[in-house]
Amino acid sequence: MIELTIDGIRTKAPEGMTVLEAARGIGIVIPTLCYHPGLSAYGACRVCIVEVISENSSSLDASCTLPASAGQVILTNSERVKKARKVIIELLISSCPNSKTLQDMASRFGVNKVRFKIKDKGCILCGLCVRYCKEQMQSGGIGFVGRGTSRKVAMAFGVTPEECRNCGGCEWICPVCGRACTAGNLVNGLCGGCQNLMPVETCPVCVHCSESVGAKGHKVY
Amino acid sequence: MEKQHDNVQDIIKSYGGSLDSLTSILHDIQSEYKYLPEDALRQVAKGLGLPIIQVYGVGTFFKSFSLKPRGRHQCTVCLGTACHVRGAPAVLEEMERQLGIKRGETTEDMQFTLENVNCLGACALGPIVVVDGKYYGQMNAGKVNKTLAKHKESPTRKKDEKVKLSI
Amino acid sequence: MKKLNSLFKLQKLQESLAEQRESPKSCIAVCGGTGCYAYGAKDVHKAFKDEIKRQRMKDKVDLMLTGCHGFCECGTLVVIHPEEIMYVRVMPEDVSEIIKESVLKKNIIERLLYIDPASGERIKYEHEIPFYSRQQRLVFGSNGLIDPTSIEDYLAIGGYSALSKVLFDMKPEEVIEEIKKSGLRGRGGGGFPSGIKWETCRDAPSPNGTRYIICNADEGDPGAYMDRSLLEGNPHSVIEGMLIGAYAIGSNKGYVYVRNEYPLAVKNLGIALEQAREYGLMGEDILSSGLSFDVKISRGGGAFVCGEESALIASLEGRMGEPRRRPPYPAVKGLWGKPTNINNVETWANVPIIINRGAEWYSRIGTKGSKGTKIFSLVGKINNTGLVEVPMGIKLREIIYDIGGGIPGGKRFKAIQTGGPSGGCIPESLIDLQVDYEKLKEVGSMMGSGGMIVMDESTCMVDIAKYFVKFLTEESCGKCVPCREGLDRILDILTDITEGNGKEGDIELLEELASVVKDTSLCALGGTAPNPILSTIRYFRDEYEIHIKEHRCPATVCKALIAFTINEDKCTGCGICAKKCPQEAISGEKKEPHKIDQEQCIKCGLCRDLCKFDAVIVS
Repeated sequence: MIELTIDGIRTKAPEGMTVLEAARGIGIVIPTLCYHPGLSAYGACRVCIVEVISENSSSLDASCTLPASAGQVILTNSERVKKARKVIIELLISSCPNSKTLQDMASRFGVNKVRFKIKDKGCILCGLCVRYCKEQMQSGGIGFVGRGTSRKVAMAFGVTPEECRNCGGCEWICPVCGRACTAGNLVNGLCGGCQNLMPVETCPVCVHCSESVGAKGHKVY
Repeated sequence: MEKQHDNVQDIIKSYGGSLDSLTSILHDIQSEYKYLPEDALRQVAKGLGLPIIQVYGVGTFFKSFSLKPRGRHQCTVCLGTACHVRGAPAVLEEMERQLGIKRGETTEDMQFTLENVNCLGACALGPIVVVDGKYYGQMNAGKVNKTLAKHKESPTRKKDEKVKLSI
Repeated sequence: MKKLNSLFKLQKLQESLAEQRESPKSCIAVCGGTGCYAYGAKDVHKAFKDEIKRQRMKDKVDLMLTGCHGFCECGTLVVIHPEEIMYVRVMPEDVSEIIKESVLKKNIIERLLYIDPASGERIKYEHEIPFYSRQQRLVFGSNGLIDPTSIEDYLAIGGYSALSKVLFDMKPEEVIEEIKKSGLRGRGGGGFPSGIKWETCRDAPSPNGTRYIICNADEGDPGAYMDRSLLEGNPHSVIEGMLIGAYAIGSNKGYVYVRNEYPLAVKNLGIALEQAREYGLMGEDILSSGLSFDVKISRGGGAFVCGEESALIASLEGRMGEPRRRPPYPAVKGLWGKPTNINNVETWANVPIIINRGAEWYSRIGTKGSKGTKIFSLVGKINNTGLVEVPMGIKLREIIYDIGGGIPGGKRFKAIQTGGPSGGCIPESLIDLQVDYEKLKEVGSMMGSGGMIVMDESTCMVDIAKYFVKFLTEESCGKCVPCREGLDRILDILTDITEGNGKEGDIELLEELASVVKDTSLCALGGTAPNPILSTIRYFRDEYEIHIKEHRCPATVCKALIAFTINEDKCTGCGICAKKCPQEAISGEKKEPHKIDQEQCIKCGLCRDLCKFDAVIVS
């Protein structure tokens, strides 16, 4: 077993466990987007970043792909983490504003303005659909094509390949598809509906809050 | 198109059909056909036992590859830092204006393809433009017209100039 | 049978080839590097060949097309051995005179000599030219002495001695100790101690004992072409280094991953590998030592990110060049999950030198933390463009002025950019900086692969930052959010600033966004992308502010902020500009000063380039 310290709490984790999983083991829920326990860790969204403290420096790293190692000192909600996470969410919203998952996340983490141009791609390129197709369905019908800002999920030559099982898993697992923001008008990329949420400090258990939180109170699952 | 398939099969075989040569196989196919035809990519996927989306993905990831047919004449503008500092953007803009296309595109009459590259290693001659394998150094917007004119009526590049930038 | 199956046979061959070289015959070495090729070296070489044939002089003079000599500004370079007379800017028309005068009569042709701009003197010998005399060309020097397509040349100058020393006189652990002691650090940009990498790879568990050696030749930094010149000009030095590494680490299979934009490097490397196999220096049971090792060439193309280790491995596994999270590092878990040692071309080329001359000797060159020499590509606004090899610790001033010959046109030096798109700009105030890994990092830049771009007063630093960010947005693999979206938004802000739409607070926003991209990106591409922006803001903040507050570009580069006008005093009314203007925006009577219609002008700069009277003003 590996001994490490997360948010001041000393804990043990088996060999091969990631910091994200180790944190969850002691009830610390780090927010994620591209992570799914049934699929391989990808480390693309960078929302799950934590601060790794070493002797004379510290760095930020994605906890879903960071292996727990002996003597590690981790902070999951330090000022540095909070600041960076806000900017990442801001970047995500500016590239895919019409997603309830992202809007909820924005409200939870105090993102109340989007300072960048909105370039709606309708996709956050988390790769859950691609990994689902490859790993769960042992297929390989869809995948990433292109590079940089033109990267997208597609099928070869735009044609449904014979590998496709028509399972619909890619749509099902998507954090954006079918979960559009229902508040109506997006003002400057932000949905006004969730602006009155209570800050996340009072609700550390929630992972993907799919209910409006705030004045109406919230449900804990 | 039986002949095409044979060629592609030979190329795959020459590399032992192994995954570590995927990019090399694609380069050779592109040298033959001046781009990567859909048939050929599907054949490569089958030959290497890969899902077509993986081969397609690799084909779209590396900028060297083109999935669309290219023009008879290849114009490459160097946009490396040294050339940039010496005024390459102005040369590129003039070429775009004269050919009527943006970089990465081919003229409608399939005569010219305009592309850019990052550093040809001939920085002393910058800004550089390579047309059909011929190097033109110390370019400026004023020289573009004459340079293109030299190649407008000339025949397509020879079959044995297999690589994109022949020396 | 060519195959050398013993140390004895190798040594005998080396001796006899070395003896042949000592003959009193003259040798004409024509530089065959890419720069000189672009100047017409092929034609010069052919002219020599024809002339020698015509005059039936084959028994009197040898002709060689060598690797890059480095002095790219003055191509085509020709060196006459054994005198070492160097002729510059040689054209095919000069060939018969060179043969007649310099080879037969041993006379020197003055007009073909290099003129030192500082002293005005003509310099005869290669080693006396300041460009060369200030260098320490341990690795690169051999380029000019050999024909890269001839393994015999390499053997004649002692090639493969290091390999034989390692195979028969040293244990693998001893080789690793030697590399560790030498202080060699990765020359591709990371600067990681190579000896430690080798040791980690050797010690990493591998169930069936498979370990891989890779040479990273995907040199992607624009403006850097050292690796290309080494692979084209002296491929055997890299092969020998890899063989030594294979022995030390315990590997049988290697790859050279080279970008397809280097066709001559691919070709010469292929020839070198074939020749090495013919001589039994590659393949099964090399020199009967028990080591079996072979190398495959894999070609990348158009993907800067594949210079990153894990992206390179992904490409070798038949996938897109997406980087992976590290740890685990490739040395522990790399290609196909096996321990893999990846080193840059220049790093490999240093290995035989360290083995031959000893780690002790090597570690005396350079500074405390950075040992040995480094090859830099000195390009941009500099008089002597080319490849220079200097000891670590040399001052920037020396590189720019003593070797580089200063800034052309008498313009003022403004900054030097090192480390490519991952590095930063170093201003004049730091020109006495001693170049090494640590010092460059301290000032906000880095060594990178060795590109050094010199900039003068006519370079706009905001434009440079924009250039690098644009480059990186096009090269980003797109996997992680901060790099893909963050760099794109940074580009938006920089574009606004260069177009006069910058706002108060933009600089602070850039700094904030750049820091997040730096801290949270998945790989080093995103992790170092902010360096050009942060360093230009650090040293040239005033330029940013002038762009934003005054909507002005001090260096007159940013198109939206400049206007082309004609100086009526200088204009002779020749009308050339009006004729060529693509927008027909210039009007005027013959012999009368012309005028540019600002509404029509698209600022292409053609008029300024064409005007023989310097009458076009950019403000």
